[in-house]
Amino acid sequence: MPKVVLVTGVSRYLGGRMARILTEDPSIDRVVGVDVVPPRMDIGGAEFVRADIRNPIIAKVINAAEVDTVVHMGVIATPVQAGGRMSMKEINVIGTMQLLAACQKSPSVSKLVVKSSTSIYGAGPKDPAMFTEEMEPKHTPGSGWAKDSVEVESYVRGFARRRPDVSVTTLRFANFLGPRVETPMSSYFELPVIPTLLGHDARLQFIHEDDGLEALRQATIDEHPGMFNVAGDGIILLTQAARRAGRPTISLPASSAGLVGAIIRRLGLADFSPEQVRFLTYGRGVDTTRMRTVFGFTPQHTTPETFDAFVKSRRLNRMLPPERVEAVEDQLVSLLTGRVS
Amino acid sequence: MADARVIPIKAKDPKERAKKKAAAKRPTAKRPPASSGVRGSRGSAATAAAHDEEPEAAADHAPLPGAEPAPVAWDRKVAEFLAFLRRRVTGDYEVDEFGYDRELTDRVLNAPLRPLYSKWFRVETRGLENIPDTGGALIVANHSGTVAIDSLMTSIALLDHHPARRQLRMLGANLVFQTPVVGEYARKSGSTLACAPDAERLLNKGELVGVWPEGFKGVGKPFSERYKLQRFGRGGFVSAALRTKSPIIPCAIVGAEEIYPMISNAKTLARIMGVPYFPITPTFPWLGPLGLVPLPSKWIIEFGEPIYTDDFPDNAADDPMLVFNLTDQVRETIQQTLYKLLVQRRSVFL
Repeated sequence: MPKVVLVTGVSRYLGGRMARILTEDPSIDRVVGVDVVPPRMDIGGAEFVRADIRNPIIAKVINAAEVDTVVHMGVIATPVQAGGRMSMKEINVIGTMQLLAACQKSPSVSKLVVKSSTSIYGAGPKDPAMFTEEMEPKHTPGSGWAKDSVEVESYVRGFARRRPDVSVTTLRFANFLGPRVETPMSSYFELPVIPTLLGHDARLQFIHEDDGLEALRQATIDEHPGMFNVAGDGIILLTQAARRAGRPTISLPASSAGLVGAIIRRLGLADFSPEQVRFLTYGRGVDTTRMRTVFGFTPQHTTPETFDAFVKSRRLNRMLPPERVEAVEDQLVSLLTGRVS
Repeated sequence: MADARVIPIKAKDPKERAKKKAAAKRPTAKRPPASSGVRGSRGSAATAAAHDEEPEAAADHAPLPGAEPAPVAWDRKVAEFLAFLRRRVTGDYEVDEFGYDRELTDRVLNAPLRPLYSKWFRVETRGLENIPDTGGALIVANHSGTVAIDSLMTSIALLDHHPARRQLRMLGANLVFQTPVVGEYARKSGSTLACAPDAERLLNKGELVGVWPEGFKGVGKPFSERYKLQRFGRGGFVSAALRTKSPIIPCAIVGAEEIYPMISNAKTLARIMGVPYFPITPTFPWLGPLGLVPLPSKWIIEFGEPIYTDDFPDNAADDPMLVFNLTDQVRETIQQTLYKLLVQRRSVFL
């Protein structure tokens, strides 16, 4: 059982909530949260240490507090939050290197939980419908957050090799979505008009923020070494999701997607990196059998339910709520049947 | 015309054949088909009165193929259609993990294929009893016709004419999923990438899986090589069947070769466009969009006897010799069936 837990990336929404959830656990004595900026939200009884995980100061924090469990949630998906792509890459990759170097030297660390992403599988036409954990990506992600995640995972594998006594859990999450969390996908679906790729309809999977945090909590409290895909049941298509959000879509030919993506990114509306465009073109599905059978975790929300919860809590669908469409349908039907009978 | 459409074993008197030929040229001419149990409807005069609530007795007023056999009041149909539209507008429908959208496929995507199946190609299906009502099975067929309409017709045959109305889940090349629009609707109609994980996943779920191992080599072969089976890939489909212990059902399709007779292949153009071949047919590209109309050849789809794989040892898929032999056996069966059907066929268009 963990006594002292270190949570990285605590100033962002998921990290902050994670720290709070862990402080509520009576078996945990101390929760130390680390980030470069102070948290904007309440992190409960967790101690905050302002430390840049990119420099060796993190080793001092780990040793001073005698941390036994490290929850690494410091991989950032949005360049806007990190202050540009370069600094995002530094935080993600160099930060992970420093953190793992510190963990490797520390005698007290016995468990590492890493929040990774299914983006490491890439996206493309040669992909199998559902990726299992042991499959290699067919289209290795070449840029952005996905590439960072690939590098982070490779460092984590190296660490696991060098410290076989440490139990390492890597959770590859599908895109987070829910009432509060800000992700590239949430800002994408909040665009007034959703740009889609002409002639493609990506398969998407989501994980509800509550389910994702619960999986991370269980991985921290219990022993679940290994790699696991974590996603809500089922699939939702991109256009289907846009309809559920009541948003109009505009189909762009692939050749213009890069330009439009760059404009959207420049305006700070949503993340539209080339990797994200590939993902929105081909989509991705991951198999969660291992999560169910080996890890023993079942998400409370399916992918469509997660999306609906997101739409409902952000009041996205004010233009064309399903009730109104249904009312129109009923009217039409009664009109027609009335005339016939 | 009427009921005389029987399997061509019987000799026909020449007068009747001439009459039929004339009928075949008119796409609107309908004929009650042979053994496949396709329900044809007859006569344009009869169909003009399409709003009749009660079908008049007898076969000459049977409902269109694919439609519900029981008469449905049209207002109920409209209500159903509106409900369908509502689900589309609000995104309230389900797709499976491969992206298969059953409702869209049934209501929209298959709609233009059904008349093509029954009226244009007058597909005759044989050996449907070889397809199990439930559980996984792998259908392996020859591929031809420049445009892969043969796979679509096979899926209609199984969906509309098999007693268990089985949906065929087709495996396609990655080029299919790379191509805009084509890729999107391939997934929505239940296809997925031809790769071992997907094939095994579908078979393990008890789905009926269709594979065309010749791939583009088969569809894009010149007309002079019609009905000559091309190389069968690496036998990946046999491994998938062995691993999941699913039966392999060889399937021979006759008629698809003649829909777009490819007399030449503009290779340079194909390379520029990034496609495996660029067909030159007697009508395409000379007649423009008119050249896209397939020739109305008469089709026969025959499903052969299943080759059961559950008797093989568990690690049979790792024995390359066995896999090659089984691949060869399937290929030989299809080739022989093709020859047999070609001998039985009276003419390309009848």
